[in-house]
Parts: sequence; C-alpha cells; structure tokens
Amino acid sequence: MGDHSHGPAKGLSRWLFTTNHKDIGTMYLWFSFAMFILGGAFAMIIRAELFQPGMQLVEPGFFNQMTTLHGLVMVFGAIMPSFVGLANWMIPMMIGAPDMALPRMNNWSFWILPPGFLMLASTLFMEGGAPAFGWTFYAPLSTTYAAPSVTFFIFAIHALGISSIMGSINIIATVMNMRAPGMTYMKMPLFVWTWLITAFLLVAVMPVLAGAVTMMLMDIHFGTSFFSAAGGGDPVLFQHIFWFFGHPEVYIIILPAFGVVSQIIPAFSRKPLFGYASMVYATAAIAFLSFIVWAHHMYTVGMPVAGELFFMYATMLIAVPTGVKVFNWVTTMWQGALSFETPMLFSIGFLVLFTIGGFTGLMLSIAPADFQYHDTYFVVAHFHYVMVAGAVFSMTAAVYYWLPKWTGKMYNESMGKIHFWISFVGFNIAFFPQHFVGLAGMPRRIPDYALQFADFNMMSSIGAFIYGASQILFLYNVVATIVGGKTVSDEKVWDGAEGLEWTVATPAPYHTFEVPPKIDPAHAHS
Amino acid sequence: MSFKKIVQAVASATLALASNFTAAQENQLNMARGVTELGSEIYDLHMLILWICVVIGLVVFGVMFYSIIFHRKSKGYKPANFHESTKVEIAWTVVPFLILIGMAVPATSTLLEVYNSDDAEIDILVTGYQWKWKYEYLDEDGENISFFSNLSTPQSEIYNTQEKNPNYLLEVDEPVVIPVNTKVRFLLTANDVIHSWWMPELGVKKDAIPGFINEAWTIVPQEGVYRGQCTELCGAYHGFMPVVVHAVSQAEYDEWLSAKRADAEAQVAMASMDLSLDDLMSKGESIYSGQCVACHGANGEGGVGKPIAGSAIVLGDLTKHLGVTTKGVPGTAMQAFGSQLSDVDIAAVVTYQRNAFGNNTGDIVQPSDVVSYKNG
Amino acid sequence: MIRIAANPALDTVIKLVAVSCAMFAFVFVVMVPLYDVLCDALGINGKTSGEAYSAVPAVVDESRTITVQFITNNAADMPWEFAPSVTALKVHPGAATDTVFFAENVTNHAMVAQAIPSVSPSRAAEYFLKTECFCFNQQPLDAKTSAEMPLQFIVDQELPEDIKTITLSYTIFDVTERAGEALASR
Repeated sequence: MGDHSHGPAKGLSRWLFTTNHKDIGTMYLWFSFAMFILGGAFAMIIRAELFQPGMQLVEPGFFNQMTTLHGLVMVFGAIMPSFVGLANWMIPMMIGAPDMALPRMNNWSFWILPPGFLMLASTLFMEGGAPAFGWTFYAPLSTTYAAPSVTFFIFAIHALGISSIMGSINIIATVMNMRAPGMTYMKMPLFVWTWLITAFLLVAVMPVLAGAVTMMLMDIHFGTSFFSAAGGGDPVLFQHIFWFFGHPEVYIIILPAFGVVSQIIPAFSRKPLFGYASMVYATAAIAFLSFIVWAHHMYTVGMPVAGELFFMYATMLIAVPTGVKVFNWVTTMWQGALSFETPMLFSIGFLVLFTIGGFTGLMLSIAPADFQYHDTYFVVAHFHYVMVAGAVFSMTAAVYYWLPKWTGKMYNESMGKIHFWISFVGFNIAFFPQHFVGLAGMPRRIPDYALQFADFNMMSSIGAFIYGASQILFLYNVVATIVGGKTVSDEKVWDGAEGLEWTVATPAPYHTFEVPPKIDPAHAHS
Repeated sequence: MSFKKIVQAVASATLALASNFTAAQENQLNMARGVTELGSEIYDLHMLILWICVVIGLVVFGVMFYSIIFHRKSKGYKPANFHESTKVEIAWTVVPFLILIGMAVPATSTLLEVYNSDDAEIDILVTGYQWKWKYEYLDEDGENISFFSNLSTPQSEIYNTQEKNPNYLLEVDEPVVIPVNTKVRFLLTANDVIHSWWMPELGVKKDAIPGFINEAWTIVPQEGVYRGQCTELCGAYHGFMPVVVHAVSQAEYDEWLSAKRADAEAQVAMASMDLSLDDLMSKGESIYSGQCVACHGANGEGGVGKPIAGSAIVLGDLTKHLGVTTKGVPGTAMQAFGSQLSDVDIAAVVTYQRNAFGNNTGDIVQPSDVVSYKNG
Repeated sequence: MIRIAANPALDTVIKLVAVSCAMFAFVFVVMVPLYDVLCDALGINGKTSGEAYSAVPAVVDESRTITVQFITNNAADMPWEFAPSVTALKVHPGAATDTVFFAENVTNHAMVAQAIPSVSPSRAAEYFLKTECFCFNQQPLDAKTSAEMPLQFIVDQELPEDIKTITLSYTIFDVTERAGEALASR
C-alpha cells in the first residue's frame, strides 16, 4: 500500500490504480449513477411506447430488449454498485478503520464492472439484437430461442458476479477484522450490520447465479440439457435455480437501504433508534427467510400443492421481521424532534412507499390470489415500490446525508426538497396506477395493450417522465455542490447525527483513522 | 419555478387525466370479481387481504404522520429519549403473526380448491406456440377436434392506420368454446418456449411448459365471451397472443362441435380434390392475413420476415417454397407451418403467395402437391 | 474457528472464497440432482420415474376404476406422426396394463426421437408406475418407416382416493443430432 502520508496521485492514474476506499467509493457511485441514467433512458423508451395503445416508436422485439436491459442495468448496474460504493466510503469510517481490508482487490472489483457493462451494452448492436428474454431470462427462451448475443450476456453476468463477490468478501473481511478496538459487533452502526448480512447473502447466492448462466452456456454451446426436456432436463429447474439466487437478491438490494434509513431517521428525529438489537435480529431473520421462499415467484408453474403451501407460509412469515423494522422506524420518530431536511424527506418517502410495497408483497404471497396477480402490472408496481421507492430513495437520501461530509460543501437545500417532491409525486403518478391496470388484467412485458388500460398507462408514462426528469435536478444539485457549494467545516454536519464518521474533519481527509479512534465502552451503538 | 407552481401544474395534469375516467368502468381499478365460483372466492380473498393491509397501513401511517405533524423541532418539541421495550417488541411480533394466521386459513382453503382434481366432462389440451394457442378437444373415441387460435386484430389497428376496435388485442379468429355449468379441464403444454394461459374472469392462470403438462379447471356458470392473455414472456409477440373463451349453452356447444367435426371431414375430403385458382386464392388470402401478415406485411412487403412480393423463393422452385412454409427457417421467426396448417391450407396460402402482390406466376398448388411434397 | 492463514483478513478471505466456490459447485452437484430426486418423489411437473418399475404389487383393487388418458405432443420442428392407439383406458389400481403408441417417421431421412412423459395431476405421478416404456430409450426410425411403441404400466393402489383420471402425456423431441453421443452427462 506504500506510503500513507501523501495525498491522492494526480490525473487518470489516480483513478485507475487507486486503492483508497474513498476514491473507489466515489467511482462506484458515479458509475452507478451513469448506469441509473442509462437504465432510466431504457425505461423512458418503454414508457414512451406504452404512452398510447398501438405500436408507435419501436418494434415488439426491441421493446423486449429494452425491458430486459432496463432490469439488468438497474439491478446489477445501478442499485447494487451504488450501495457497494456507499459501503466503500462509509464502512471504514463507521468502524474506525483506515481503509478496506483488501485495498487492491477493491480496485479490481470496481474495474471489472465497466468492461462487464460495456459487453452487455454492446449486445444492442449485435445481429439479432440484445437479450430480449426479460431480466429473469427463463429457459428455453434464453437458451434455444435466444439471439446469439446471449453468450455475451452470460459473460457479462459472470463479470458482474465476480465483481460483486469480490466486493462482498472485502466488506466482510473489513468488518470482521478492521474494527477499531472497542467497536464490538453490537456497537456497529446499523448500516454496517445490514451490509455485513448483505455481503454474506451475496457470497452465498452470486455463485448460484453464475452456476445458472454457466448451465445456459453449456446447454447452448456444449450440448448438455440442463434446461431442455428433450435431453432429460427441465426448464422449470432454471426457474428454481434463478429464484434461489433471485429472492435473496432482492434483499441484497433492500437491506443496505434499511441500513441507510436506520442511520438517517434517528439523526433527524434527534432520538436514538428505538430497537437496535431487534433491528439486527430482524435483518438476520429476513436474510435467513430469503433462502426458503424462492418458489413464490413460481406459483403458476404447477408445483404440488404441498410445495405451494410451504412457500406461501414461509413467504407470509417475512412480513413479521419486515413489520418489526417499519414499527421501529415509526417508533423512533415518535416523540422525536423532527426536522425535514432532504435526507429525512427521502427517508420518510422510503418509509411510506416501501411499506406500501411491503403490503402488496404480502398480497402477492397469498398463492391463490397470486394466480391473478402473477406476471401482471400489479407485480411491476409492487417491485418498483420496493426497488425505486425503497432502494433508490434511500440511496438518494444517503447521498444528500453524507455529501457534505464527502465534499465539505453543503448542497442546495431548497433544490434538494424540490427534487424530493418531484420525485415523490412523479414516482407515485408513474407506479400507483400500475396497481390498477395489473389488477384489471394487464400482463407485464407487453409492448401494446388493450384499450381499457389506456388512461392509466398514459398517466403512468407521464409520471415516469416526471420522475426521470427530476434526476437531472439531482445531478445538477450534486455537481453544483461539488463545484461551488457553500463550505461546511463542522465535523458534525447534522446536529442529530451519531457515529464515527462525524468525528473526522469535514471534508473527510483522504486518509482517516490511521490511528484507531477510542470508542467509549459505555456509549451505546451509534 | 417555485415549488408551489410545480405542485399546481402536477395537480392540474392529474385532474385533467382524472376527468377522462368518468367513463371508466369499475373493473379498471380492481380485480374483476370473476364469473366462476373460484374466481369470486379469489376475489374475496384479495379484498380481505387488501382491507387488512389498508387498516394496518392507516394505523402505522397515522402514528407516523402524528409525529410528523406534532413532534417537530420547528415547533420546539423536545425529543424524548426512550428506546428498547421488550413488551412493545414482543407485541409487534406476535400480533402480526396472529393476523397472518388469520390470512393463511382462507388462503389455504382456496388453494386446495384450485387444486381440485375431480373428473371433468370435457378435457381440452391447450398448447402454446410462438405466438398463438392451439386447442385440442380430447375425445374418447379418438376423434379429437383441434384448431389454432390467432390474434385477429388487423395490423392496421396495431400500427394506428385504422381506428382500434373495442376488443383491440383481445380478439381471436377462433375462440375456445365451452358449455356453461360443465366442468372443463384444461391440460396445458407448449411447443417451443414457456407460455402462460390466463383467463382472469375464470380465475385460471397456469404455465404451459414445453415437454410437460399442467392442468387447470373451470365451471363457467354464465354464458358470455371471456378474454385474457398470455402472461409469460414468450418472445417478440408475447403481447399478441390473447385467450378468448366463449361460454355457451349445452345445445349451442353441441351444435358447434358437430359443425367443427363436419369441417374437419370436409378438410379431409378437400385434401384429395383439385381446387380452382379462385378457391385457393380466397382461402389463401384469409390464411395469409391470419398467419403471415404480422411478419410479411399486408402487401407482402416484408417486416420482421422477408418480403413475399418479388421473393426469389416464392417466384422460384415450388419445392423450396413448400419447404420453407412447412419446415420453417431455423434460427429465425419463420415457423414450421407443416404441423400447424392443414395440407389444404398450405396449398392455398402457397398458391396465394405465388399469385398475389404482383407475383403473377399463375402457379396452382393443389393439396395433393403438398401431400406428395411431405412424403418426399 | 479454524485458522487457515495467520493474517486474520487473509484467513477470512480464504474462507469466503471457499464458500463462494462451494456455492457454485452446489448448483451443479446438489441442486440439479436434488431437483430430480424431488421431482421423482413429489411428481413436480408430473415427471415419472425414468427407470422401469419392477416390484409386483400385491393385489388388484377392483373396487376402484381409474381412467388413464393418453395424449401426445410434438415438440417444435418434430415432423413425426405420433399418436396413442387408444385415447383412454379404464384400469384397476394394481393391475398391469399394456398399450401401444404409433410413431411414423414421415421424412425421407433416418431420425432418432426421445419421448418425454409427463403426468397430470402431478400428484398422481409417483403412483403411475411404468414397468415397460419406449420412453426409457431413444427411438430410431428409418425414413418412411413406422413402429408400434409399447408401454406397460400399473397404477399404484395407494393412489389418493380423489384422483379418478390420470392423464399421461408424451412429448416427442427430435434428438437425431445428439443421438450417438450418450445422452449428455446430465
């Protein structure tokens, strides 16, 4: 790692060869924002085509490429790397460590990502087009019936999988070995806890995804029949493997978001988190349950009734620890001294909308009702409430919350609030009506629809454009802050904020905690 | 722009949209109750859970908004410092658990009903194809009736050159016909990729998986036309393979069935006859507009598929033309129609293609030519 | 915990790399075979056992009559004619019953086919015992030839009471290209 005393190197080589957790975190955050814009552009094409019934802008085949790439880019390119970036920036500062445990691997795990996504994006220009089989890529549509670009898709998935696994190994190694003396596990900030559990989930299930795509590769090129009935395989096996990865994956996305709001809500309530220990246990319980509920994505494949019942009951159980979390946040706010700066607004937005997404999730868990909901826009509405209003809102909250610490500059508060309100309103105009069209019978992943769905789809498209446009405001606000924001120098930017990251100078120096901080043993968790 | 102005703009846009909904029917907002007993049971279950969620939501959000309104720093509210209460935490673990049990009981009984496998009077084998459904009525004497059900919405409506009819994208050339008050069992499978057969008002959705069969059942108490769609992404035209069920009286059903039987026999008879160019052309045109037009265009100009007008294959050797038509072109969207269309239909559509769109070859292809081609 | 490396961080890394490699292997060596075992046991997808059933059931239960329906499907691009000789049979649980399916290779080249069975309702799959089935092997047919393909089965007496009809479906696939190679490792 060389000499710690100097600052960052100059020019491009700073970014290419950096092993500094803050540099790498920054790169992750910018990369994920770029992917967010790219995936958002795909979404705009989808919503533009769906603005009115009839085919207007794109062909059905291309529409499917858009839905597929939108899902893949948002999940693997925007949300996951953004939280890895946040982890890189914050975890060492939160546990009093000088850097991540494996700085060089940290560099590699980031730099695998851009080529991986370049490969994925390049499929758009290949013969036969990009993958068009949905982000869930069910066989045999993704094997026997896929465009040749599927091979590049498979290697792209391998690349991001390796990146994620390396990133999570690093996070686990850091949390387990680099905590400052006195920073016991039950003193760690919740963000660190949720990330630790997420990282274990990633190490456990990203290889499963890699296995699934490897089997696809073998079926396509080497004559095996994992997923083809002709050779004794079974396309439903693909779904089981995919969702064995896929269900923990949705918690991989949402758990760090839980961590973020668990930092922000107490800060702006000026009151400690109500039940720290129960939050930790609830997170662990959700992580455990995520391994035994995967087939609730497959109620209609024709499972034996005993299987349906098992997966239904197990899925319903997830409502208990999730409820514990929501009740904890609300009780934390109860009798606090609340103030509503942008991070708090996004956290409250998260809390309200994620809870709605949780309710629809509970509805979806009921197998007989799911026969009607499955693969309709009701599902699309549900997972956008948890992914966008859940993960993306909390990520946005995190950026506003820690931006002053990262840059030493204060963002424009009123612009931040406007960003929140446009996002919140736009999001709800976009996604709330999708509940209605889904219940009324509109299947998902269709480029054109029957006339009775027209009004709500138009509304939904308008909302999506509003939400999309609000991100430009976000970008502008962040850039304007970095370039010319009002300087802040207080270590503790927010009066209610707790935690070691608020004890270092603002902006956070290139190297922090080269000497481990002293943790007051009497002081509870932060 | 001030924040207020933005809110006003958004609100007025919302209102403008909302005024469009005056004509909206109730079922645009919620799940249809469904005409079958099972369908309405599922609907009741859905509403029960929805209301439980709404009540819990009101309580949680009520508490939250109370704090947001009254426990503000700007109002000088001094924060309390309480945290951790085992009693409260046990309560909010146990109470939701009990509510869940309350939901699981009706859910389980409805689920068992879905899986009921009592004998049915009519068995229909439903096979998903890219991008159409095939229905085969199983007959104890082996005289099965089978037909394909294609989207019948014209391309001109899809591509906005003609006004869309009220059943836009939810209409087919041949619907499934079933008698009312009779238990019908659907056996589902697929020819190529996974499809899913959904009939919202009957409360039936089941995946059709290549190589395997699934089953679902229904008893429709009420005559009518019911419409649904494929609900598993199955390729480019996934959005264009609707499901339409006609529930009719037993008498009408019997009539329909015997007409279908007679039709099938006529097809067999026709296969050995020589047909006139006019007959072949008119039959060919209707098949072209059902099967070919989506990819090859209304004027044979091509699109997803190659152009028919002036095509070397169409103007050239008949054997090659028949080959492409019956066996398809692997690796493209061109399907093997040999197993989907009768010999008469293939003869007609090939004749049509060779004489329409300026391809005036004058060739007449008879069903017997198709049979002899197939037999090598 | 067992220490693998002296450096604690390195120790953690080695263990986690091992876990992720193990999870990758888990998909191939556990999930795939386990799925097959569960399919056999629970009849997921109506899969029946790929092995001939050899034990002879003790008694024929004449008090019950089960209708066994036969249906056939051709997978995409499979041109053979393929049909059951009878569309349905009434059988007593415990009694061995024979039937045949007809297959004809209508093309002018030799082909190899594989028939894949599936039973509905899937709950019945584990009670549908095949003592002899053409589906246990690939079926080669020369150009323009046909064959009768035999099936002998027994419906187990333990079949749940509420099941009165069992549907047996065969989907026939063209496996000419892969024939010759042993059916790929899995």
